[in-house]
Amino acid sequence: MSIWEYANPVKFMRVSGAALPWLAIAAAVCTLGGIAWGFLTPEDYKQGSTVKIVFLHVPAAMMAINIWVMMLIASLIWLIRRHHVSALAAKAAAPVGAVMTLIALATGAIWGQPMWGTWWEWDPRLTSFLILLLFYIGYIALWSAIEDPDSAADLTGVLCLVGSVFALLSRYAVLFWNQGLHQGASLSVAPGERMSEVYRYPLYVSMLGFLLLFLVLVLVRTRTEIRRRRLAALQAREMRA
Amino acid sequence: MIALLKRDLALATRAGGGFGLAVAFFLILCALVPFGVGPETSALRPIAPGILWVGALLSCLLSLDRIFALDHEDGSLDLLATAPIPLEAVTALKALAHWITTGLPLVVAAPVFGILLHLPGQATGWLIVSLLIGTPALSMLGAFGAAITVGLRRGGLLLSLLVLPLYIPTLIFGTEIIRRGAEGGDPTTPILFLAGITAGVMALVPFAAAAALRVNLR
Repeated sequence: MSIWEYANPVKFMRVSGAALPWLAIAAAVCTLGGIAWGFLTPEDYKQGSTVKIVFLHVPAAMMAINIWVMMLIASLIWLIRRHHVSALAAKAAAPVGAVMTLIALATGAIWGQPMWGTWWEWDPRLTSFLILLLFYIGYIALWSAIEDPDSAADLTGVLCLVGSVFALLSRYAVLFWNQGLHQGASLSVAPGERMSEVYRYPLYVSMLGFLLLFLVLVLVRTRTEIRRRRLAALQAREMRA
Repeated sequence: MIALLKRDLALATRAGGGFGLAVAFFLILCALVPFGVGPETSALRPIAPGILWVGALLSCLLSLDRIFALDHEDGSLDLLATAPIPLEAVTALKALAHWITTGLPLVVAAPVFGILLHLPGQATGWLIVSLLIGTPALSMLGAFGAAITVGLRRGGLLLSLLVLPLYIPTLIFGTEIIRRGAEGGDPTTPILFLAGITAGVMALVPFAAAAALRVNLR
């Protein structure tokens, strides 16, 4: 039993098909539950009710970064071991990541307007997320521009590797360029710095929910891509016959 | 390798090679900005380093798709791929040729355009230094973008979308050098960062560009 067995599309389709309904239910419960629980929390003494946007903002921001990391790993697996499912999973994850980045930026702007008095500030974190969004858009655009699926997977894989280095480089270059307004870590382990338990537990649930939601969306999209690939193969066989 | 470099330079400088177009574009850009923000020195001086760097970036972008596209069309790229020198060296040489025909003229022309934008006199030296260090990285990253999009029919727009985000660190440190120089500060730190980025790009990106070319030539 090894993880590479799931590189076999048939096995991947069987297992993911069986797991998908349960994952979907869990994702719905955790996401909706976390956000609903978040709405029932008391208002913050300084931020009032705007604090509740954190239950959308932080999970989306967390996923926006982690989805890129997942794409990087999937691209590496494709480039090294040539497993098609891996390349398709990277392709499937990109739009989800782009939307997560957009959610983080949009909710941040909505929160920033009453709290900082501005929709947008050229703060290092905000700027890095904007740059991340640009990388997502470039990656998605490259996938859709190339017709041959294997070349597309190779080229986007290389782009993902180079893009990862430069996204990280930009992250620290931006720190050099402008000092920030954004607060530090919301979930610090140090006792004095972390947020109150009233907010922390719904946030954990919501983060878990977003993670599950991402898994569900990626599985569904990867399955669609596999089916599309099979369809193309069948059509090619028809044409030849 | 020298022969390849000479060939590329000759192709770029002869008629229809587009040599000098980048500088002309750069000039137009610098001439348009005062129409947009107003001719006052107080308005132009603070944004001059940024405009000059963004202008250099965009002028560089203009000629990127020529790096590989013409060779791909007439088949000489396939010959280069089977040539005894490694494809990594070919991409690095192509980037070097692009830099000599695009980046170097920009470096030479930039001080003149700096006068147009009221760049302070003591910043001119730093402008030359920052462009001299930074533009090779622009050409090499551009060669990578061109290698990825070489097989596409309408790759131009996609090329800019892919390459411009990669230019962000170079842009940040490049303008920082001029800004600190103009204010009389010490620009050593951004110079070192920029030089580090350029050195890293020259060392590693040829491999990525060559990998992309191999995929496109399959």
